[in-house]
Amino acid sequence: METDKADIEMEAFGAGVLRKILIPAGERAPVGSLIGVIAEPDEDIGAVLAAAGSAAAALPRSEAPAVPRRPEPVAPGAVATRIAVVAPVGTGPSPERLRVSPLARKVAAQAGVDLRLVEGSGPGGRIVRRDVEEALKAGGAAAAAAPADAALRAVRPMAVPAAALPESEDIALTPIRAAIAKLMPRSKAPVPHFYVTSEVAMDRAWELRQELNALEGRPKISVNDLIVRACAIALLRHPGVNASFQGDVVRVYHRAHIGIAVALEDGLITPVLRDCESKSLAQIAVESKELAERARARKLKATELSGATFSISNLGMFDVAEFSAIINPPEGAILAVGSVRRVPVVSDQGLGVGRRLNLTLSCDHRVMDGAMGARFLQELKRLLEEPLRLLI
Amino acid sequence: MASQKFDVAVVGTGPGGYVAAIRCAQLGLSVATVEDDRPGGVCLNWGCIPTKALLRNAEIVSLFHRASEFGITLSGFRADYAAAIQRSRRVADRMAKGVEFLFRKNKITLFPGRGSLPSASVVEVAGATGTQTLEAKAVILATGSEPRSLPGIAIDEQRVISSNGAVRNERAPASLVIIGAGAVGVEFADVYASYGVQVTLLEALPRVLPVEDEEVSAHMAKTFTRRGITIRTGVMVRAVTVSQSGVTVEAGGERMQADLVLMAVGRAAKVEGLGLEALGVAVQRGFVKVSPSMETSVKGLYAIGDMAGPPLLAHKASAEGIVAAETIAGQRPGPVDYGNVPSCTYARPQVASIGMTEAAAKSNGREITVGRFPFTASGKAVALEETEGFVKVVADKATGEILGAHIVGPEATELIHEFAVGRTLEATLEEIIHTIHAHPTLSEAVLEATLGALGRSIHL
Repeated sequence: METDKADIEMEAFGAGVLRKILIPAGERAPVGSLIGVIAEPDEDIGAVLAAAGSAAAALPRSEAPAVPRRPEPVAPGAVATRIAVVAPVGTGPSPERLRVSPLARKVAAQAGVDLRLVEGSGPGGRIVRRDVEEALKAGGAAAAAAPADAALRAVRPMAVPAAALPESEDIALTPIRAAIAKLMPRSKAPVPHFYVTSEVAMDRAWELRQELNALEGRPKISVNDLIVRACAIALLRHPGVNASFQGDVVRVYHRAHIGIAVALEDGLITPVLRDCESKSLAQIAVESKELAERARARKLKATELSGATFSISNLGMFDVAEFSAIINPPEGAILAVGSVRRVPVVSDQGLGVGRRLNLTLSCDHRVMDGAMGARFLQELKRLLEEPLRLLI
Repeated sequence: MASQKFDVAVVGTGPGGYVAAIRCAQLGLSVATVEDDRPGGVCLNWGCIPTKALLRNAEIVSLFHRASEFGITLSGFRADYAAAIQRSRRVADRMAKGVEFLFRKNKITLFPGRGSLPSASVVEVAGATGTQTLEAKAVILATGSEPRSLPGIAIDEQRVISSNGAVRNERAPASLVIIGAGAVGVEFADVYASYGVQVTLLEALPRVLPVEDEEVSAHMAKTFTRRGITIRTGVMVRAVTVSQSGVTVEAGGERMQADLVLMAVGRAAKVEGLGLEALGVAVQRGFVKVSPSMETSVKGLYAIGDMAGPPLLAHKASAEGIVAAETIAGQRPGPVDYGNVPSCTYARPQVASIGMTEAAAKSNGREITVGRFPFTASGKAVALEETEGFVKVVADKATGEILGAHIVGPEATELIHEFAVGRTLEATLEEIIHTIHAHPTLSEAVLEATLGALGRSIHL
């Protein structure tokens, strides 16, 4: 079976003799259609073939969309197996189309449970109250188990001779790793990402930051704080980026609730700094530091982990030139922040040394287009290159 | 005679058994049913349906009594109790025929006679013309229940009758003592009182309709008392003595004389005579023990309805029948939601409830909010001249979850289903409020009570 990404070998589910080839080798057929019949050598396959004929006639001539189809139950007594290639079942309902009971929605909101991480047990996979309560219980158990896990790692020797280690080992997914594993394909697969990168001259911002940090009794400002502040301002000016795809509408937010990705030992967590648009640089600095600390200590309330309208992922501390991030649905965009690097720059005065930062915006194409993302980045660039704007 | 083979044999064709049989047939299984009475069980023949016919008669009689309120002058009328019973029998016959028709339509074979199980997959049917043997891959037991009495008091269906006698008896007594003020006792009190019988209603628990919300019980007691029904609650019956002239009931330090006593203290599961003990079927407190998929402790043997435990309600039996049938057909149905079974009493005023009473919700430790709306403030109820009663909603304060709903008044038993659907869908107060209710309807009282729970009633 050929997909966008790979050729997959399919093995027949049943045993028997290949009695009829309906689609010859090398030809194309939509996923889910009958390509041949495997049966007992003397079995009557007339009915199966007749059904196949009518089904084929019903198929549109053009490439039919790949619809996963369950093989129909075979009539009792018959061993004939239809070879139907079944497309891999998708990644489940997209986050925008969660089926949730009103009560479950309220309980989740009050307890701060992210419904996208909850498995529904109601009719048609609908999330009901019981599911939210069970997710809450499971969350509590995960938090309790974490310290023991960390302690175990602490006593593990740093360097072990390779011979003492098995060739490979399977490490059980931590709850956070499992959550990331479940959530990210729901973003990367259904959300059509595109990326816009821009280089920002950070010389003046760097100077401003040093000046601010020299002030006594004032909170220390990080580059990330400058970026959060710049994003908050830019998001309000370009609400099209501060938006979420909702199936039949695009929901545009007029508040900048910014998720700030924090790396943990075993994963990643994105606490949300709310109402950034109305916060000063100092407030942002203090609050985001406190959020990150509590995130690392796993002391965040669940409410602080949901409701972002936009996210920032910063790998600057790892000397990363630039990278692109996966959007955290239902948000419409995420900003990937690289390191502020000292690079040779050409100016009117000749060759010099400057501080440069690469920002890459990942955008949901269902929400916005390239130009919109570029304008937002332009605004960010202007704010950071004329950093006094961040103070007013 | 050789045994006949089926996929499923259903013993008992009440609202549990016949529904299970039809569902099995829909799912492509061959089905045999066994019944020693008419199809339809107690519900169709001797319970729910004929009593509803009698209650309709009672309602019409009461409307004739109230004719002047509507400006209608009657020069006397006569309500014939025997005719009411005869009509209720015709109604029951018609419904039983309906079940027979559904069996034919679904190609379900009916074996008249008493069923018993020599093994878990064999049903022996002792009928009028001999014994037949059925072999089935799965057996569903749905034998129901029968009226029970108090210790030392025999139901003779002459002077001390059960509901079975009451639905057959064409002669209304001059006076009647009803022991037990649950749904059955209250409904017969209504029927007999409407036909001019002097009714005394006795209840051992502190209030009538003791499982309903306290406000509902209080309202019911007040209305019945106003209608001339004598109510004694919190009284234990010490003795019932039958004599030539009638019956004497000793209860709560009083001696009461009446023509008849109606025993309405509850029902007992029919688990005897089926051979369950020999099969090792677990029985607990008189009911067959079942799993959430209605299977007994013996594999392939299912039990549903009254015999499988409370609540002893036809609609609960039907729901269990569907679960059993779908399980047998290899599906994995969700279990019956016993917390969401509506309970209905069809007296005047009608009573219906679902979920928790206010007291139960409070004792559950939840912070609750309660909304009430009286039918006196409902335009439709006033137009109907049926302003008795109210709608009461008990909800969780934090989430608006509908914990319980209690309705007493006109068409309460129909109105309750808005809450039933709401609870199934996990709707909260807000979803009910956002639903536009047609005007003028009794259902507006549901909306208003729900608004009331948030302090937002418009018409109060």
